[in-house]
Amino acid sequence: MLSYTLRRISSLIPVLLGMAFIVFFMIRAIPGDPAQLILGQQATKSSIEALNKELGLDRPWHTQFLEYLGGIFQGDLGMSLKTKTPISEEIWPYLAATIELSVVAMIIAIIIGVNAGIISAWFQNSWFDYTAMVLALIGVSMPIFWLGLMEQYIVSLQWDLLPTTGRDNIRDPVEAITHLYLIDTLLNGRVDQFIEVIRHLILPGIALGTIPMAIIARMTRSSMLEVMRSDYIRTARAKGMKMFWVVYKHSLKNAMIPVVTVIGLQTGLLLGGAILTETIFGWPGIGTYIYEAISYRDYPVIQSGILVIATIFVLINLVVDLLYAAIDPRIKYK
Amino acid sequence: MSHPVIDVKGLRTSFKTDDGEIPVVNSIDFHIKPGEVLGIVGESGCGKSVTSLSLMGLVPSPTGKVEGEILFNGDNLTRASESKMRKIRGNEIAMIFQEPMTSLNPVFTIGEQLTEALRIHRNWNKKKALARAVEMLKQVGLPRAEELVREYPHQLSGGMRQRVMIAMAMICEPKLLIADEPTTALDVTIQAQILELMKKLNKETDTAIMLITHDLGVVAEMCQRVVVMYAGRIVEEGDVHSIFRNPKHPYTVGLIQSVPDMRVKKDRLYSIPGNVPKPGSIQLGCHFAPRCPHAMDRCLTETPSLKPFENGQQVRCWLYEDAKGAGKHDSAIS
Ligand SMILES: Nc1ncnc2c1ncn2[C@@H]1O[C@H](COP(=O)(O)OP(=O)(O)OP(=O)(O)O)[C@@H](O)[C@H]1O
Ligand SMILES: [Mg+2]
Repeated sequence: MLSYTLRRISSLIPVLLGMAFIVFFMIRAIPGDPAQLILGQQATKSSIEALNKELGLDRPWHTQFLEYLGGIFQGDLGMSLKTKTPISEEIWPYLAATIELSVVAMIIAIIIGVNAGIISAWFQNSWFDYTAMVLALIGVSMPIFWLGLMEQYIVSLQWDLLPTTGRDNIRDPVEAITHLYLIDTLLNGRVDQFIEVIRHLILPGIALGTIPMAIIARMTRSSMLEVMRSDYIRTARAKGMKMFWVVYKHSLKNAMIPVVTVIGLQTGLLLGGAILTETIFGWPGIGTYIYEAISYRDYPVIQSGILVIATIFVLINLVVDLLYAAIDPRIKYK
Repeated sequence: MSHPVIDVKGLRTSFKTDDGEIPVVNSIDFHIKPGEVLGIVGESGCGKSVTSLSLMGLVPSPTGKVEGEILFNGDNLTRASESKMRKIRGNEIAMIFQEPMTSLNPVFTIGEQLTEALRIHRNWNKKKALARAVEMLKQVGLPRAEELVREYPHQLSGGMRQRVMIAMAMICEPKLLIADEPTTALDVTIQAQILELMKKLNKETDTAIMLITHDLGVVAEMCQRVVVMYAGRIVEEGDVHSIFRNPKHPYTVGLIQSVPDMRVKKDRLYSIPGNVPKPGSIQLGCHFAPRCPHAMDRCLTETPSLKPFENGQQVRCWLYEDAKGAGKHDSAIS
């Protein structure tokens, strides 16, 4: 297992290098001169040149790239052009907000999706199965922004049950420690704030989690149906095992193998969805951070922001691969 | 005559299909005595597996329906509740399946799968159950039993897996072991070893065995009595010697003729012309009539009943109508 893990991790290095390269050049393909943008329309040619020199943008691209790479290896993601702060320092609160939202959304999606899929397969063609699968079909085809806006309109505005935007109550902001507010509020011993944070998480969590939940439910169902037809399930039943354990032990572990892939893929896609959801719900996450950087042509921020998201994506894939090996004993030996 | 372990009377198992409810097993009667090995033979599709699943209470619901009586320990299993059946399965009646390659769960260790029955039926703790599992693996002739319990099914050969299956079935010392073509998927030398092992366990533990096969050689080797099934019905029954020496039903005769004889070199192997009819496709008369070389008019319109002979042999065939159960020992055909 250890050598397998190490092998998987080392195979990520070229992937990450390639990603850094692509991001670096894609950003520079965006039209518009950052120095011009920062200094405004009235800036003189010499002042623009001076700023470019100061930012290091006048140097050849390969020098810039190597410097950038070197920085990354030392944990230096560059300096924001707008705020003049190191990105590695200012990115975390945003990233934490996105992670918190995504993790909550994904946990809800996995718990509900997997169980709905299991029960649908167990009681195939029952009313539960039909209802769950119709809902899943609706869920898969749901546009996130529409769902988000409807939630805000109905739950927040009409019923006044939950807040529309933000992570916490502006009049009683959370005192950040880790910037993961669910943890911070508890560290501060503020249960009232903890509940408030949960209330803020529900609507964007649902908006973000619905599509993965639906896809996971469908995938789990079909995978379970296939597994439950197999000979070893008949063997398990022939032992006199309770159907519950036949389903949740013998079937589920096998059925999870393809489901884990889907969960990994969906978690990756969720990061993309998070940017949209963050905009709708005024969530101060990495999506908002990059979005603002784009309108300011803040190259270093865009570059590092995308790189961070891409790295997370790659890490999720690594986790999926390791989970695979943990579930399926046949993998390590291949 | 000692009390039978299991006594099946008028067993009828049918499946709901698009063409209505079709009986796959039709009014079958047989019993198995303690310590006896009963062979059930018949071509593919004649309902052998469905019969065994009926005894286990594992006929897929809701499409399958089991009627008649399966008397075991004074209970009629066709009426028994699911929880009652669970206490019997794997404990008092155990089963080995045809496919050793797919009958073990790929994601659990051999030890885990072996101990489950003990943990379910005897409530043993892990350690005690594992010790017994190791002992059981040794009993079925597997080397390195201590290591084997920590290995996964894919690390074992087909023959080893079938030994594991046998160990698994025998671990709770069942009164009846149903072996559904336990050697069909194995190569000849392994086949012989597995049969030898089953014979040994049968002698040592006095477990009755219902051995399903389409190999008459296996029957001759293993069984005391044999039931010949054709298209869901018993066509002939009797002790192995009588049936082999003096087969009465034209189907049994055909089966015996189609066994390749090593001593006589034939130009081509004999096989019964035609195929087993699809369940439900023949409504009237003897199901074998369309393939029978001795078919008469009445065979196509009237169903013969099982006619007993003095030596305990029973035959379902119009050829023996005049025998009136009175000691006509000779085959009408030879
Ligand atoms: N779940 C089911 N639904 C409908 N028909 C079924 C079902 N299971 C079995 N059958 C039918 O019952 C008949 C007998 O099947 P069975 O598996 O008992 O045959 P078999 O004698 O065990 O054959 P083999 O030697 O190939 O194992 C077959 O025609 C099969 O199509
Ligand atoms: Mg079969």
